[in-house]
Amino acid sequence: MFLHEARLKRQSLLDSLFRNLTRLAAIGVLLLLASILFSLVMGSMPAIHAFGFGFLKSADWDPVNDKFGALIPIIGTLVTSGIALLIAIPVSFGIALFLTELSPRALRRPLGVAIELLAGIPSIIYGMWGLFVFAPLFADHVEPWISDHIGALPYVGPFFVGPPMGIGMLTASIILAIMVIPFISSVMRDVFDVVPAMLKESAYGLGSTTWEVVMKVVLPYTKVGVAGGIMLGLGRALGETMAVTFVIGNAHELSKSLLNPGNSISSALANEFTEAVGELYTSSLIELGLILFFITFVVLSIARFMLYRLGKREGKAS
Amino acid sequence: MNATTPHRIVVKDLNFYYGKFRALKDINLDIADKKVTAFIGPSGCGKSTLLRTFNRMYQLYPNQTATGSIMLDGDNILDRNQDLNKLRAKVGMVFQKPTPFPMSIYDNIAFGVKLYHNLSRNDMDERVEWALKKAALWVEVKDKLKQSGMGLSGGQQQRLCIARAIAVKPQVLLLDEPTSALDPISTAHIEKLIDELKEDFTIVIVTHNMQQAARVSDYTAYMYMGDLVEFGETSSVFTNPKRKETEDYITGRFG
Repeated sequence: MFLHEARLKRQSLLDSLFRNLTRLAAIGVLLLLASILFSLVMGSMPAIHAFGFGFLKSADWDPVNDKFGALIPIIGTLVTSGIALLIAIPVSFGIALFLTELSPRALRRPLGVAIELLAGIPSIIYGMWGLFVFAPLFADHVEPWISDHIGALPYVGPFFVGPPMGIGMLTASIILAIMVIPFISSVMRDVFDVVPAMLKESAYGLGSTTWEVVMKVVLPYTKVGVAGGIMLGLGRALGETMAVTFVIGNAHELSKSLLNPGNSISSALANEFTEAVGELYTSSLIELGLILFFITFVVLSIARFMLYRLGKREGKAS
Repeated sequence: MNATTPHRIVVKDLNFYYGKFRALKDINLDIADKKVTAFIGPSGCGKSTLLRTFNRMYQLYPNQTATGSIMLDGDNILDRNQDLNKLRAKVGMVFQKPTPFPMSIYDNIAFGVKLYHNLSRNDMDERVEWALKKAALWVEVKDKLKQSGMGLSGGQQQRLCIARAIAVKPQVLLLDEPTSALDPISTAHIEKLIDELKEDFTIVIVTHNMQQAARVSDYTAYMYMGDLVEFGETSSVFTNPKRKETEDYITGRFG
């Protein structure tokens, strides 16, 4: 009896020890997040004092005269990620659709594995491939055509005129798109796969075509997962550094044309941190990091909120 | 088989293969117009497989093939040139589990109709009301047509699926164990509904439940291991089976 009690006591002690250990780990994550945020804010204080909100609106980036502004990298990050998504979403949707609905069974596995392998390629490889293989081809064969034809169109034209250099915002967007396609398409494929066969059969049973089944039944049924996949891709595109650094051109110049070189937050950081001299320069770079942190946070929060709203509307409807 | 009733579907020498496995063996069967025909038999006997040849649902999956002929209105359903979308407008289907689409009740019904007809708002409203009334669901949902179909109870969802199938005004309605996921009260609702629907539609029902077959059907087919063992009027199949195997099954000695 005594032995039994002692064992119980020991076990409950171990239990509470373990509980506190896991709690510590969970709180540790929050602390880590808070301290990263704190050090970013502290580090960027000199720049914040020097430039205030003007930092966000200024397109100056002049290390010699200690004048810094974040407009160009912010625009670069948002524009390249946005265009990347514009390209990646339809392509990923097509891939997922083909893999789940149309592909012959024998092709399904090899194609699926190939796409997952693409996701595993280190980003520097994409960067090298983009710079040495893609950019020259793009400059020789695609950009002249874009500049001549799309550049001649009203309204959108000015965004597509420029010298065919190969590197630039558009190239960076395309490389980013290629990088996020595996993520978005494998999430889409996974969520399409869990749609009950019977639900699809009911739609086919009414005489729908594959397209109608996918657009009206599969997509609404999986919209939360699809949106999640897109956000995953966006998160990756916003923060992607190496591949973008290789092909974006790293020019602190504000230019309307997507064919011209630009800069993104992460590539500016990667390029300039080692050579940043002076407190203000370093501090400005840290503030760029803080802004990137903020952008990703806002994007993910908006995504969460959208999904929450969707979920609530469905809940109310039922 | 009753010579006086016209036949809606005529099945001749039907064989069905899952890859190399022969799941249906030389099935010959006539489905009477505007009657209820039930397929019964133990699991894996081929009754659902047979049902799924009537709207070529098997076509969605690779390696599933059917030979022979299934005539509907003088057209061979199995014909390679058969327009599947048109076929499925004529042959509606309801499944084991309720499968409401992720949209409103109204849109669930309108979904199939929109595929074939371009109705005005008014006509569509009428069609939706007609289908829901036919499926004995109108009174329960008429004030919440804009709400999601997923929020209904299981029995209501299944009636919604029946309404969705009949909204297209098919000739034939295939019911694949339509009450197997429902409680007894909902099941009674659906059975009563089947009885009313046969005035307008030819109904083929697959069921695990022999009492259900006895209650709702005019004709019964007993299947075993891909063979059609016995087929005839329900009253005679259940009270006076010609084959020993059928008797064993319906008396519960087997299966």
